[in-house]
Amino acid sequence: MGTNQDDMLRDRADTVLRRLLDGGATDAKVVARAGQDLSVRVRLDEVELVEEAGTCSIAVRAFKGKRVATSSTNDLTADGLDRLVRDALELCDLSQEDPYAGLPDPDDLAKSWEDLGLHDAACDGVDADDAVRRCQRAERAARAHDPRINNSEGASFGRTSGGFYMTTSGGFRGGYRGSYASLAVSPVASDEGGKNRTAGYWSARRQLANLESEEAIGIEAARRTVALLGSKRVPTTTAPVVFDPDAARALLGAFAGCVTGDAIYRRSSFLLDQMGERVASDLITMVDDPLRHGGPGSRPFDGDGLAARKNVVVENGVLKTWLLDTYGARKLGLKSTGSSASSTGSGAGVSNFYLLPGKQTHAEIVQSTKRGLYVTGMMGFGFNAVTGDFSRGAVGYWIEDGVLAYPVSEVTISLNFRDLFSAIDAVGDDLDLKSGVASPTIRVSQMTIAGS
Amino acid sequence: MSEHHTALPRAPFAPGGPFEIDHDRARKLLTVALSQGGDAADLFAEYGVGASMVLEEGIVKSASRGVSVGVGIRVQRGFAAGYAYTEDLTWEALLRAARTAAQIARGEARDVAEVTDRTHPERYLVAVPSIVVAGAGKRDLLLQSDRTARAADSRVQRVEASINESVRELLIATSEGRFVRDVQPMLRFGVRVIVEREGKRQSGSSGGGGRVGMEYFDQPGKSVDDHAREAVRLAVAMLDAREAPAGEMEVVLGPGDAGILLHEAVGHGLEADFNRKGVSNYSGRIGTAVASSLCTVVDRGDLDHGRGSINVDDEGFTPTSTTLIEDGLLRGYLHDTFSARHFGLAPTGNGRRESFRATPMPRMTNTLLLAGPHDPEEIIRSVPNGIYARRFGGGQVDIASGDFVFSLSEAYLIENGKITAPVKDVNLIGNGPDALSKVTMLGTDLQISDGIWTCGKEGQSVPVGVGCPTIKISSMTVGGTAVQGR
Repeated sequence: MGTNQDDMLRDRADTVLRRLLDGGATDAKVVARAGQDLSVRVRLDEVELVEEAGTCSIAVRAFKGKRVATSSTNDLTADGLDRLVRDALELCDLSQEDPYAGLPDPDDLAKSWEDLGLHDAACDGVDADDAVRRCQRAERAARAHDPRINNSEGASFGRTSGGFYMTTSGGFRGGYRGSYASLAVSPVASDEGGKNRTAGYWSARRQLANLESEEAIGIEAARRTVALLGSKRVPTTTAPVVFDPDAARALLGAFAGCVTGDAIYRRSSFLLDQMGERVASDLITMVDDPLRHGGPGSRPFDGDGLAARKNVVVENGVLKTWLLDTYGARKLGLKSTGSSASSTGSGAGVSNFYLLPGKQTHAEIVQSTKRGLYVTGMMGFGFNAVTGDFSRGAVGYWIEDGVLAYPVSEVTISLNFRDLFSAIDAVGDDLDLKSGVASPTIRVSQMTIAGS
Repeated sequence: MSEHHTALPRAPFAPGGPFEIDHDRARKLLTVALSQGGDAADLFAEYGVGASMVLEEGIVKSASRGVSVGVGIRVQRGFAAGYAYTEDLTWEALLRAARTAAQIARGEARDVAEVTDRTHPERYLVAVPSIVVAGAGKRDLLLQSDRTARAADSRVQRVEASINESVRELLIATSEGRFVRDVQPMLRFGVRVIVEREGKRQSGSSGGGGRVGMEYFDQPGKSVDDHAREAVRLAVAMLDAREAPAGEMEVVLGPGDAGILLHEAVGHGLEADFNRKGVSNYSGRIGTAVASSLCTVVDRGDLDHGRGSINVDDEGFTPTSTTLIEDGLLRGYLHDTFSARHFGLAPTGNGRRESFRATPMPRMTNTLLLAGPHDPEEIIRSVPNGIYARRFGGGQVDIASGDFVFSLSEAYLIENGKITAPVKDVNLIGNGPDALSKVTMLGTDLQISDGIWTCGKEGQSVPVGVGCPTIKISSMTVGGTAVQGR
């Protein structure tokens, strides 16, 4: 992508903003995006899919006084843009006055920002043939690693790269470019009773060169897959549960959804009355840091145009702040934390939300667990944000005397989040920021495991 | 058309549109797509208009509309596909997409058949798609649901309600000469409440819809008032929920929503892409017993106005009723053109995709477990100690192993044949063929779940329907927190 595209995005957004204001909007925000994607899938060494496309879209948020509407389109013809503007203006008359609606105070807007290293031109340089070779190397490494790997769901490579530009009648103008590349492999091994086992592994980065090697990804995927062979249930019990980083990430993501201003003013969080209180063990510090160089969720400013900043959400177990956008902050009588996740909707969200790593290796955590469950994957949607009740399906290994004794599947693990985070008694050193929400290995001292 | 309606927008590629794709242009694009060889090519043009309106805190806070348009061109070479899509519908951009897709093939140019119009049945004609109905009436419905919910119980603290609607206009053309159009309306209404009592909080929700117009709300039990009261009933009922048991026990699933059990335990594993690749736990088991002999499972894209219904799939084929399991025996899979070619069968009309941004794959439409011989009350009476589940939150399956979970949002203990205390929302976990072999009783009361479900697969979401009668499973693992007898 070149500066031509940046100019085009800016011109489009500025034009639409002017038309909204000319058409009767008292305020407006316009976001223009453009991107290029390539995705490739290879299975058993053969190309399955090569997909290429370019995308362009415009989304607007229009205000007529305290009435709000949004519209979006990827039809950038004159007719399409007419319709975009007309829809937003008409829909403002349909919505009702919301006393909290409006753009942020101009004094709060970001004026300048650092380059956070979000775009890597090398990503754009991967063509279909290169992507196919990367998939083939990764899948071959997986299949060669262990003779019990006898099938494959394939390997896939994806890259996306694009530009984003936002302008508001409140005086914000800014944009940036980003890229993201990922490589995933899912080998398959046959197990007893007609079952197959697969445990994929993936790597993703904004910087192409920082992806794990194809061989490393393939071998790790194979190792995880064959390790599941012979999985069985365990009897229903209560025991310590160790979550590997991928599994722990899901817990952290669910927790993050309960600390946004939206969840709080909607009274849809089990943490509602807990500000300033102890909500987790003192080993736990959770931060949301949009300013990490090259981070997958990094952003120099938020969806409201406020400067992004690092927020410590939980510090040594104590809940320190909600993640707030301008609207949520007004609703709660607080100040925005620069956490608007959406440039045209409303709502706060995470950028790079992670649990600060501890000092133990994951091996040390397993070794210090006399008997319990080591969870490598979870299934289902068993979390009630209002009550904190948590219950999900799990796969992993049974730990006996500090050793991974045998693989486990078809069990569930349950505990209310109030208790779960308080019962974390070990935090690993293995944080890998490959996605916006990330966690090192953690251990919960006791959960209910339902099995046979 | 009455003055209260706006005109239904027409796709730019429709007849008379600024970027009309007619037979001739479709054939030219397909010819370019096959100019480097390849076995077949198809073109998928889509124009989607979506709208939503959201109420919270007693006001309709925001209304929105969105337009998404594009054309995807696919070239098949063996079981490989080259795919390119464009959002720019100018002739140059379409040609570029065709040339990009063509790169998957290496060989002699292939001929494209004369394209001719294909007709299809009409399974969801609506007099007026809801999206063109003036917004004020829909705003009033949201406000009414808010008033009804608050009036239903003094413990109601918050009400959120929404209407989401869309119309998806499709044009599909293939190198075998098929030229098909369809217009697919969708409406979904939902209401969610939060009730509070003495520091305890609980939420409840209810909703429905399908490929219907505003007349949906005139049906018995489906008015916004009915949904609002149901959401309040559910939230209040679950306020007193106690810890759910943990471990194996008898489970009775109420009719309708529990169809997601079928969707997860059977449906995904029978999508033929997984079986073509031999990665499903159902691979190679056609003709064998995979469920109790009470179970017959069908996938029906032909239900009138169903959320998962389609006149044609996204490859231009019309689905009817596909029998997956008959009296417990595995009979067939759900196919797209790739998998049908692999198995030497006709496509079943299950090649679906989220949008022009993705290629199709075998997907479910409306998946049903047909009624059995047992009186639903007799089923509950037969359980000395177990769980009765009425409402569900969603589920997931691991295709390779067949292990699946689904979460309960309204469940009760069954004690001595009677439904008693409510229990907290928990997951049930099982393995597809194993769980279905333990279906020991099946009710006469087949119900189709009201249209709320969306199925995700490999990052693509499509609307689906489910349905089933009351089901008794003799043993299933309940993922509660209360460990019994220890």
